[in-house]
Amino acid sequence: MKRAISKKILYPVLLSFIFIIMVMMPPYVSPYTIILLNSIFMYIVLTVSWALFSGPTHYLSLASAAFFGIGIYVSAILGDKLPLLVVIGLGGLISFLLALLVGLSSLRLRGMYFTIFTFGLSELIRHSVQWWEVNRTGTVGRWVIAVDHTTVYYVMLAILLITLVVTYIIKHSKYGLVLLSIGESEEAADHIGINVNAMKIITFAISTFFMGATGAIMATRWTYIDPSIAFNPLFSFMPVLMAIFGGIGHIFGQILGAGVLTLLADVLLTKFPYYYMLLYGMILVIVVLFLPKGLTGLKEEVKKWLKVD
Amino acid sequence: MSPLLFLDILIGGLMMGGLYALIAVGLSLQYGVARVLNVSHGEFIMLGAFATYSLYMLFGINPLLSLVMTGPFIFFIGFLIHRTLFKRLRRLSQSLDAFEGSSLLASFGLLFIIQNVALLIWGPDVKGYSYLSKTVNIWGAVYAANRLVALLFAILVALIFYFFLMRTRTGKAIRAAAQDVTTAQLMGVNIHWVLGLCFGLGALMAGFAGSLTSMMFEITPLIGLPYTIIAIIAVVLGGLGNILGSLIGGLILGLIGNIVMYIHPGLSLIAYYIIFLLLLLIKPTGILGK
Repeated sequence: MKRAISKKILYPVLLSFIFIIMVMMPPYVSPYTIILLNSIFMYIVLTVSWALFSGPTHYLSLASAAFFGIGIYVSAILGDKLPLLVVIGLGGLISFLLALLVGLSSLRLRGMYFTIFTFGLSELIRHSVQWWEVNRTGTVGRWVIAVDHTTVYYVMLAILLITLVVTYIIKHSKYGLVLLSIGESEEAADHIGINVNAMKIITFAISTFFMGATGAIMATRWTYIDPSIAFNPLFSFMPVLMAIFGGIGHIFGQILGAGVLTLLADVLLTKFPYYYMLLYGMILVIVVLFLPKGLTGLKEEVKKWLKVD
Repeated sequence: MSPLLFLDILIGGLMMGGLYALIAVGLSLQYGVARVLNVSHGEFIMLGAFATYSLYMLFGINPLLSLVMTGPFIFFIGFLIHRTLFKRLRRLSQSLDAFEGSSLLASFGLLFIIQNVALLIWGPDVKGYSYLSKTVNIWGAVYAANRLVALLFAILVALIFYFFLMRTRTGKAIRAAAQDVTTAQLMGVNIHWVLGLCFGLGALMAGFAGSLTSMMFEITPLIGLPYTIIAIIAVVLGGLGNILGSLIGGLILGLIGNIVMYIHPGLSLIAYYIIFLLLLLIKPTGILGK
């Protein structure tokens, strides 16, 4: 069948249309919708940037919470001293620099060792900050200068757009192929002349920039933060879950996964506050068992099934 | 440092170490042999602790006796979870790496489920009871009797398990599976049964540790995760798949924790993480590894 409009024109037009609606929307919707959209944007950025590194390379990182939390702390410490955009940039930059260090030190680790290393690192940072705050600062938590929801909305929208564009460009360039080949076989990638280590570190660091920036802006939503809020391990696990739920290989799948699960969490949390974790855990198990390729994989399964009949 | 203080720290460290060793051996069976990095391991400790608590509060059953009652039950839950969940995951996964990733996520799901169920049953409040809380005097140092009992019990369980592992046919099958699952299968080991057994035994160890924990500390539905993390560190410390190594790893962690606690109370968890990260970077095969 011949398409009336080719994909090459349809998608960009559709996407810019959605984007324009997003920009125009805030005055016409309730504050609740704005807050919900902010959470969805946040999780999309965390998921897409997590998958930017962990998707093609198969290095399962559980350190998202560390970089997100660093962004939050940058915002809490510098929020009242510097303009908002500078704080956000700094949140991203400091995450980026820390990720370079982490990448350099954890190069030798592969598979599960890398995963538990990143998890341990993120917990070490959490407990160290906690210890510092209790023993040196004297209080556990900090206040964050509040920013109104509409401003947060526009900033998040901008970060989301930049994340998506950068991820898209990386994925569809020679660089994206390099990452895929590292995931397939590091030795082979090394043999065809790819600087495997440099590629891994740089990609890891780029992905954490967005996490840090998101943390810096989202911190203003909580107004009060402490280490167990900022470095909550859930921020490490949710992106993984969302990416797998949606379909780890496609940017669209990741957006879908993050969007659907954030909405679901919101509904569950308001409707069934006491069973929230139980239901979420069940979804997690069911997804791993029956949807190993995620929602986008489901589409292929259905297609295959229809053809067989 | 006076010799008395040294002894005090040593015995105190061994008491915690005994508990950690039990937990670590349990995780070693699940992660080292069955290749499931079971982050819900600590939740079985919590379940064991609450089961013991409830039996003691409702029926006045002696905590050491209730170990024998809750143990088989928790073993069965663990065995069943492997049968229904991880066995299927293993079959579906294309590679061992893929299986490790997906089983990690699935065990996170289990963590949420078990924690939520426990919250619904027992509520979020801190619970505790006192059992054998009299003090015992050893060479001038004073200890709570329940801690000594816990240490002795941990040693007893470890010894029994050691003989089971080294002297029985099933133990041999477990050791073979720990070395190489495929080869063990080729030698006629019914691998899914052995892996299920390992998972169940791991849960059993956690349940035992939980019962002992409830005698010494206050419990809430959220106590699990810190224990899981300690167990992961001890397992990596001892070397993946090395069951004896994780026992030693647990003891070492208990000792280090107590020494650091003596220097500054808030720092023991941070010390664990630093040791853990350095160890991963310098010698990921563990202290007993080649």
